[in-house]
Amino acid sequence: MTLTLEAPVPVFDDLGSGRKLAIICSKGSLDMAYPGMVLANAALGEGIETHLFFTFWGFDIINKETMSHLQFTPLGNPATHMPPMLMGLPGMTSFATHMMKKQIEGIDVPDIPEFLEMITDSGGHLWACKMSADMMHLEPEDLYDRVEGIISASDFIELSEGAQTIFI
Amino acid sequence: MSTATIGGHDVHVDQEGFMTVYDEWTEDLASTLADNIDIRLTDEHWAAIRFIRDDFKAMGETPTLRRVTTVGGIPTKRLFELFPKKPAKKMAYIAGLPKPAGCV
Repeated sequence: MTLTLEAPVPVFDDLGSGRKLAIICSKGSLDMAYPGMVLANAALGEGIETHLFFTFWGFDIINKETMSHLQFTPLGNPATHMPPMLMGLPGMTSFATHMMKKQIEGIDVPDIPEFLEMITDSGGHLWACKMSADMMHLEPEDLYDRVEGIISASDFIELSEGAQTIFI
Repeated sequence: MSTATIGGHDVHVDQEGFMTVYDEWTEDLASTLADNIDIRLTDEHWAAIRFIRDDFKAMGETPTLRRVTTVGGIPTKRLFELFPKKPAKKMAYIAGLPKPAGCV
């Protein structure tokens, strides 16, 4: 005789509670922008409080002028498995960027502006680094609308208290 | 995968309790599953659940949250309100589908 038991109920609400994630995005190339976006989105989907801090070249991700035009270059990147001499040819970066964007779109992953929209709709927080803003002479109005503020490194250290921090 | 009972019905579930056989799911079961995780189903919840059921049938996999927004037309913000904290997994659980496998 087999005994049928009541089905287990997944634990949804305890796992994420209290966990916090801070992601420092310091690179502005297309291939280095996505890891932060993907991780932030995944963490938010698990109910984890998530903060993204954009600094140095990472500013390109939240700069209205550049956010839709991030590029990927195969130059000096052995992971592309292409002959290094060819990678420096004119037009190679825009060709490689075009190919990568097509691949990203092909697996139904959004472009950067839509990704940021999705992240903030999911409750994620976007912060810009003050030193980078000063260096690049950028004001809040130059940045993506949903950036919550331009904050100093110490502000970031404060707000990331207790967070697991990832530097990209 | 093993057999267990939900709301008095024998169904197949995985170790966590997600149902594993598409056709064993009924709307009555959905209400019990929702009760289990403290969600009271409204018409808006049902719209999301029906969308992911239909999409699973058409595509062969549980849609990601983004797909529920872009194809199903339910804003991401609203999904986090309807199914707090872990909308993709909670929707899948109530709809009797596996957890979504996509990264985004």
